Amino acid sequence: MSARTRLPLFLVSAAGLAALLGFGVAGLPAFGDYHGPYGLVLNHVVLAQRHTTNVVAAVVFDYRGFDTLGEELMLFAAVAATALILREAREEEARQVVDSVQSEPVRAAGLAAVPVVILLGLFVVAFGYLTPGGGFQGGTVVALGLLLVYLAAEHRAYRRLTPTQVVDVFEGGGAAAFVALALGALLGGLAFQQNFLPLGRIGALTSGGSIPLLNWATAIEVTAAFVLLFGEFLEEVMVERRPG
Amino acid sequence: MSYLPYALAVWLLVVGLYGVVTSRHLVHLVVCLTVAQSSTYVLLLAVGYRKHATAPIFKGIPLGTKATDPVVQALTLTDVVVSVTVLALLLAVAVQVYVREGTLDPDEIPAVRG
Repeated sequence: MSARTRLPLFLVSAAGLAALLGFGVAGLPAFGDYHGPYGLVLNHVVLAQRHTTNVVAAVVFDYRGFDTLGEELMLFAAVAATALILREAREEEARQVVDSVQSEPVRAAGLAAVPVVILLGLFVVAFGYLTPGGGFQGGTVVALGLLLVYLAAEHRAYRRLTPTQVVDVFEGGGAAAFVALALGALLGGLAFQQNFLPLGRIGALTSGGSIPLLNWATAIEVTAAFVLLFGEFLEEVMVERRPG
Repeated sequence: MSYLPYALAVWLLVVGLYGVVTSRHLVHLVVCLTVAQSSTYVLLLAVGYRKHATAPIFKGIPLGTKATDPVVQALTLTDVVVSVTVLALLLAVAVQVYVREGTLDPDEIPAVRG
C-alpha cells in the first residue's frame, strides 16, 4: 500500500477508534471514584491472610501468581528469542574497540557508583514485599548497576563481569525456580502455586510464606535477562558485520 | 477534569498508532509502538486511583486506610516488563532487517520471501 493512500485510511479508522474509545471511557466511573470490589477486599485481607504489607507484591506473587508465571515465561521467551536472532547472524570478528571514556574522574565516579546502585537494587528486591519495590523493579536496578561498568570503564570489563554462560544459567534458573516453587506446592498435596511456607511475623523479612522465594526467583531472572539483553546489543555495536 | 486521565490514554494510543502508520524508520516505528502501549499503563492506573487514597502498602499505616486498587497496579507492573522485552525483541528484528536488506525504511523492504 502506498504512503498516500495509507494516511487517509488511517485517519478515518483512527477517528472511528477514538470515537469508540471515547464512548467506552464515558461509561467508566469518574477519575478517583472507582470502587472495584477485588482491590477493596484485598486491601483489607492481605495483612491477615499473607502477613505481607505490600499488597501489590502479594497480588503479583500470590493471589495472581499464575499470571506472573505466564509473564515470567514470556520474559524468558522474548529474551531467548532476542539472543537467538542477534547471536546467530553475528560474525565472530570483534572490531578494535576504542573506549569512549578517557577521563579518569568519570571512570572513578562511575565505578564508585556501581556498588551503590547494585546495593540499592538488592535492597529494593529484599524489601519488595514489605515496602515499595519487588523482584522486577530491583532486578532492573541491579542490571543497570552492572551496565554502569560498561559506561564508566570499558566493554571488556563488562563482558568479564557477566560471562554469557553464567548469565544464561541464571536467566533460565530464575524462570525454572519460579515454576519449581509452583509445582512444589502440588507435591505437598496443595493447589498449584499455593503458598506453603509459614507466614512469619508481619513486617519481618521472613514474612509472606513463599512470596519472598518467588520474589527472589523473579529478581534473578529479571537481572539476568537485562544483563543478557545489554550484552547482546553492546556486542552488536562492537562486532563488524559482513553485508549479505 | 475528572475524565482527563482517560482522555490522555486514548490520545496516547491514537498518536502512537499514527506514528506506526506513518513511520519511515523501523526503530522509530518500534518507539511509536511503545508510546501506544504506554496508554495501557495510564488507563490501568487511572482506573485504580481513588481520591485522597494512599499506596496499597500497609507498612507504618493502619489497616483500613483508604488505598488505591492493588490489582491494576500489579497488572501495570506485568505490562511494563512485557513491553520492555518485546521492545528488545523488535529491535533485534530491526537489526536483522538492516543486515539483510541494508535499509530500515519499511517501504523499501521487499515483500517477505518464503
